[in-house]
Amino acid sequence: MNDFSFWVILSNLLLATRWTVLLSLVAFVCGGAVGLALLFARVSKIRWLDTATRAYIEFFQGTPLLMQLFLFFFGVALLGIEVSPWLAASLALTFWTSAFLAEIWRGCVESLPKGQWEAAETLALSYIEQMRYVILPQALRIAIPPTVGFSVQVIKGTALASIIGFVDLTKAGTMLNNATFRPFLVYSLVALIYFALCYPLSWYAHRLERQFNVAR
Amino acid sequence: MSLVSIKDVRKSFGSVEVLKGVSIEVGRGDVVAIIGKSGSGKSTLLRCINGLETYDAGCISVDGIDVGKTRGNLRDLRRNVGMVFQQFNLFPHLTAAENVMLAPKVVNRESAHITKALAKETLAKVGLSDKADSYPSQLSGGQQQRVAIARALAMRPNVLLCDEITSALDPELVSEVLRVVERLASDGMTLILVTHEMRFARDVGTKLVFMHQGKVHEEGPPKPLFASPGTPELAQFIGMQH
Repeated sequence: MNDFSFWVILSNLLLATRWTVLLSLVAFVCGGAVGLALLFARVSKIRWLDTATRAYIEFFQGTPLLMQLFLFFFGVALLGIEVSPWLAASLALTFWTSAFLAEIWRGCVESLPKGQWEAAETLALSYIEQMRYVILPQALRIAIPPTVGFSVQVIKGTALASIIGFVDLTKAGTMLNNATFRPFLVYSLVALIYFALCYPLSWYAHRLERQFNVAR
Repeated sequence: MSLVSIKDVRKSFGSVEVLKGVSIEVGRGDVVAIIGKSGSGKSTLLRCINGLETYDAGCISVDGIDVGKTRGNLRDLRRNVGMVFQQFNLFPHLTAAENVMLAPKVVNRESAHITKALAKETLAKVGLSDKADSYPSQLSGGQQQRVAIARALAMRPNVLLCDEITSALDPELVSEVLRVVERLASDGMTLILVTHEMRFARDVGTKLVFMHQGKVHEEGPPKPLFASPGTPELAQFIGMQH
């Protein structure tokens, strides 16, 4: 019959989980960096920069992540450049993440009183200095819970990368199912592993949120 | 020569003209009190002097530096013009001393040694030497406002703008802030205050400006003006206050 024992299935899934975790980390770290740049552009008072950023954010928030993965995977290939699933997934998830983080953070920045900007401006601080010394340190505190919360979305989002052939947890599950014909067992394990990755993060995000509300 | 020169300044918010050609000259060491009803344009005028608000026509200069009509590079101007706000606007994540030291450190690139000395000196000047390590949330309104004054003074401005700095304070805290401002005035600091404290305007001010419907309605030395207002509007306004 089949020689795939439970432990073989599980260990293979866990090995593939490494790639899910790595892709999530890349998307989150790079997306965070791009998101920060977007945030600066978004809250600057330079009209065209704000408009351009808003268009970028609307695009990545307003189209399915799956379409974005296809665009990066097949679209770039049309230009004659070979794109590996790994690179296409990293790029698509980075841009997607950056669009959402930029908007989450903008909300945090804009929740600060206008007087904070004015006081910093009056003290002759430049825009970058106002952000660096006055606005971001305060916004950061408010931003941590929703940011940690969003990291859960990123992890779940990486599952779509399996469709363009990236061997992550979901893809490994599909492959194991094809070999074992035990879909319920395989996908239950896949779901459990995702849950084990995500739950601690959402629990932590809730805890941070409570702490923040108490501190206020 | 005037330190602050405001010539025929006009400003509209949409279709509402809030400043309809305002001219004021402020000399070195002057203490100018701007009074008037809310909506008379006094706060807007003050905010135009350091470029927090743009204006549409006329010209403003401070110590020979032109405050352009557009939000240009105002760094040099703002180093010379301090401002204290009604809502204090202290940075809540920094201690009193750190609030004071931020701009000297970041903008003037002073050494830690000098900024520490500055914090000590300016906090002493406002009577808060013992609160250097307190966060704004641990201070009373009056103390917060005095830290805000120290923060502005740390940049060694040529002129200090005060925008209704006692209006958000509990009545019993007003006098400690006014005493600090009075001491600054007697030290020769040039001050432009938008205020509702009539007695303070009369006793400490060297010049009174009464704004009415976006214009300077009356101006002159405070004591004679308070004693015998030249226009019914000022008379009514002063009467209202008592």
